[in-house]
Amino acid sequence: MPLRMAEAKISLDGVRHVARLARLALDAQEEAKLQHDLSSILEYVEKLTELELSGVEPTAQVGDAGTPMRDDVVTNEPAADAVLANAPAREGFWFKVPKIIE
Amino acid sequence: MAISDAYEAVIGLEVHTQLLTRSKIFCGCANEFGAAPNHNVCPVCMGMPGVLPVFNRRVLELTIRVGLATHSQISERSIFARKNYFYPDLPKGYQISQYERPLCVGGYIELPTGNGAPRRIQLARIHLEEDAGKNIHRPTASLVDFNRSGTPLLEIVSEPELRSAEEATAYLRELRSILRYLEVSDGNMEEGSFRCDANVSVRPCGATELGAKTEIKNLNSFKFVEKAIKHEIERQTAVLKAGGKIMQETHLWDPERGETRPMRSKEYAHDYRYFPEPDLPELYVPPELVEQIRAQAPEVPAARRARYARDLSLSAYEIDVLTQEREVGDYFEAMVAAGIETKAAANWTMTEVLRASNESTETFSNAVPPPAQTAALLKLVAQNEISLNAAKTAFAAMCKSGQDAATTVKALGLAQVSDEATISQVCDQVLSAEADKVAQFHAGREKLFGFFVGQVVKAMKGNANPKVVNEVLKRKLAMAGRPSPSDLPSSGA
Repeated sequence: MPLRMAEAKISLDGVRHVARLARLALDAQEEAKLQHDLSSILEYVEKLTELELSGVEPTAQVGDAGTPMRDDVVTNEPAADAVLANAPAREGFWFKVPKIIE
Repeated sequence: MAISDAYEAVIGLEVHTQLLTRSKIFCGCANEFGAAPNHNVCPVCMGMPGVLPVFNRRVLELTIRVGLATHSQISERSIFARKNYFYPDLPKGYQISQYERPLCVGGYIELPTGNGAPRRIQLARIHLEEDAGKNIHRPTASLVDFNRSGTPLLEIVSEPELRSAEEATAYLRELRSILRYLEVSDGNMEEGSFRCDANVSVRPCGATELGAKTEIKNLNSFKFVEKAIKHEIERQTAVLKAGGKIMQETHLWDPERGETRPMRSKEYAHDYRYFPEPDLPELYVPPELVEQIRAQAPEVPAARRARYARDLSLSAYEIDVLTQEREVGDYFEAMVAAGIETKAAANWTMTEVLRASNESTETFSNAVPPPAQTAALLKLVAQNEISLNAAKTAFAAMCKSGQDAATTVKALGLAQVSDEATISQVCDQVLSAEADKVAQFHAGREKLFGFFVGQVVKAMKGNANPKVVNEVLKRKLAMAGRPSPSDLPSSGA
């Protein structure tokens, strides 16, 4: 669905940048579609700016219970074979993956 | 001013230290080094879909301990963040870290400067994160072990206030010493429980703006930190002098070639898209907890240095050596408490104790005898029952056998002979065997007195009381002619 430029909240370059960070290979059509979808998401979120929030501190979470904590106790038994059971490849107890090039 | 003096270095260090907890930061897997691959893992630290992290209370307590020891403000409300990047050692595709509102802000570390005022280095922040797994690379594949994934990691970030490679190393040593005093980390660079990245830039002297920096990674020993920073300062200075520009990039230290070189350029590497971790509610730090930890805070190296400087007559160098490791200072203090004179206890700790511990692969407390036994040994020296050399022999044996001082001295036959009759007999033997030297002595070669003492001590396998040997020899030589005993040197010259 073509988008009028005035409505785009994210540039095509922006879409490509985010896609690359997310390791997504997109063709031109998918780029355009994502530009449209992301723009409408951003537009929707922008509605928040209509609220008067100058007296509200930035909030990462709602609710005020605080993060629960556990005691420093080892509860997990080693189960290497179970952990490796679904691995596409293993060598000994290691996961084997395509060669990482630095 | 030489041209090479026209630039100054600006260095900031990022230190990652693993915390000494029993379990990982967000799950109940064991936090230990050296287990078989993928044996200390579970769905949480493997990043399986649908799992939830639960924060380890001990991690918070240890972090507060470090925050207080570095004079930081402890944030009452802190949050975790996701740092997003892809790498095979990061199973979730993000690392739980902290970005906004880290646990500790605005602290500092003071470096000793011999006898002057300590040099204060400000800290930007101290925050928590989880460690990643480990990769090893084979010719055709890479292997991944997630045992380390989820190990609690403290990142301590200095302000760019360090001005030389030597100062950076001194900062690192002091920080490691603090962490070991606090028993929050074992500070082992080789095993990776204490890791350092260095941000290095240079700028014209007097400039206030920072130059473009490079980040150096792979610094796994103090020696490499110093060498790599030195190398990078020289490299950047040369580039700037030649009219070039420093690229902001990440370098890896190559210890074999002794140089840093840029990592393959990752143009997106620093776009981590941090956002608050939705799986972990805000972290509230109860002020009572902070006060409780403050009340139980162990002494830090700077406080111990100050106490020694105030209470004991030791040199700045001696204080530095005795206080670098908590257990070394504890050992020295235990010997003093057992009645050994300060200087003697300090000397023995700095030479014999540190040598034995450095030569051993055991932990410090297993490498050396209990301080009470070492004190018992030194008392035998003070009471003239054994010589200082015999004490050294006995100490080395005690380190290996674990036997007490008295038993060891007896078993090795190290007890010092002070009996005049025995010593007199040996003196006679020596003097008659060296009749020509005795004649030279009486002809005026008084230096030979030391030689006679040496021969007697040697004949008695080092166990003769040198004071008695001196007295007996003086008497015998005076009897045999001139000069009078009072003209003679008092011991081996």
